[in-house]
Amino acid sequence: MPLITVSDLTLGYESKIIIRNLSFKVERGDYLYIVGENGSGKTTLIKTLLKLQPPVSGKIEYEDGLTRKGIGYLPQQSNIQKDFPATVWEIVLSGRQKKRGLRPFYSSEDRKVANECIRRMELESLIKSSYRDLSGGQQQRVLLARALCTEGDLLILDEPVSGLDPVIMEEMYALVESLNRDGITVVMISHDIAAATRYASHIIHIGEKLFFGTRDEYLNSDTSKWSSAK
Amino acid sequence: MIKTLFEYLQYPFVQKALIVGVLIALCSALLGVTLVLKRFSFIGDGLSHVAFGAMAIATVLNLVDNMVIILPITVLCAVLLLRTGQNTKIKGDAAVAMISVGALAFGYLIMNVFSTSSNLSGDVCSTLFGSQSILTLSASDVWICISLSVAVILFFVFFYNKIFAVTFDESFSKASGIRVGVYNTLIAITTAVIIVLAMNLVGSLLISALIIFPSLSAMRVCKSFKMVTVMSAVLSVICAMTGLIVSILAGTPVGSTIVAADAAAFAVCLVIGRIKA
Repeated sequence: MPLITVSDLTLGYESKIIIRNLSFKVERGDYLYIVGENGSGKTTLIKTLLKLQPPVSGKIEYEDGLTRKGIGYLPQQSNIQKDFPATVWEIVLSGRQKKRGLRPFYSSEDRKVANECIRRMELESLIKSSYRDLSGGQQQRVLLARALCTEGDLLILDEPVSGLDPVIMEEMYALVESLNRDGITVVMISHDIAAATRYASHIIHIGEKLFFGTRDEYLNSDTSKWSSAK
Repeated sequence: MIKTLFEYLQYPFVQKALIVGVLIALCSALLGVTLVLKRFSFIGDGLSHVAFGAMAIATVLNLVDNMVIILPITVLCAVLLLRTGQNTKIKGDAAVAMISVGALAFGYLIMNVFSTSSNLSGDVCSTLFGSQSILTLSASDVWICISLSVAVILFFVFFYNKIFAVTFDESFSKASGIRVGVYNTLIAITTAVIIVLAMNLVGSLLISALIIFPSLSAMRVCKSFKMVTVMSAVLSVICAMTGLIVSILAGTPVGSTIVAADAAAFAVCLVIGRIKA
């Protein structure tokens, strides 16, 4: 069974429909890019996948294991976060909230996992640094470490490279790709169609025409020619 | 001078004032950290004006226990303000400005029209800037304050990690299954309770200072959320004590003296923060 099966999904608000009749599947190990213009509904789509927003119509089915373990999520950075006084450790550890339920304090297991995620993202030297003093790339790595802390099989990343300079962007892509090679399924929103055609196994293009398929299908499709011609 | 101070400390009314002062300073500082970081400081300000309006109603009705009116009205407005902040036609900041100015004007209006007091401007002034009412607290005032403060502190300690998660990142917290709306409402209600309590101490206009100053000061010098919280509580308590003692010894108004101490602490922290950076 696929991790997520989406059939005939229509998204938006009562008065305004942004995405109509979208169907796709996310299989274990996939690396799915969601590309499209600003305001096309990319973030709405993943918020619906995360059950933060109800769809107008259509159905989303999750594999049992996914529902139980949860989804690692890296949202877009908010203004509040840019000057937030919190250490890397505090933020990464807060990724364990899903496992806490109503219990108020973290267990030693939580701390162990948080430490592993920090090591995985090569943040050991910054563990006591304040988030607001970090560079953009370091901040994104902290948020990625927090998402990893959910220990789910699926990561959903909302524009993790936006605002980063090209070198750091490449590092981020490499990092996400290495996670995918380790068996974590990745769904990523991006503006960067070039990166999508380089890294993705599957691509969803949201625009006047909806496209879902493998990378090769995308490269041969009208959608990609249309957008690269633009 | 120290001798005079110890003499004063023998008096029960001074002891009560210190207990209540310390507790309120502690609670408002704890909550202030979240409010400032969530960009909700203006809600605290708006609510203090609402509390003034409610107080005016209670005064006009000649209620013995004015808490019965002030607390529910302020809590209700806190919840309403928070909801409007999320999704309505009137945007959050405009709604707060509207409610706070409205409550202020309405409060003064009804006090003016219905008041039987011979010293109206004195009444209004002491409600706004705090009177010496902290020096005339009854034993039951003190107990109400102690129990509400303990409730606030327990709420904060027990939900500390959730509050951090919700403050830092609402979207992520929602996706992790935290009921963000519930916590936001709880935070709003707690804010309302603290504001009503603090009205006795510094008056309704100066309450926001009690909420905002300590956490802003702590943020200049501390790097972690935990240290900001602890430091803000400690600073707030020290400033409240200093302000109270100075005002008793020098005969200055209690509320303004405490706020002046908070502002001085902020200036010191600002300088330390600059030197560190």
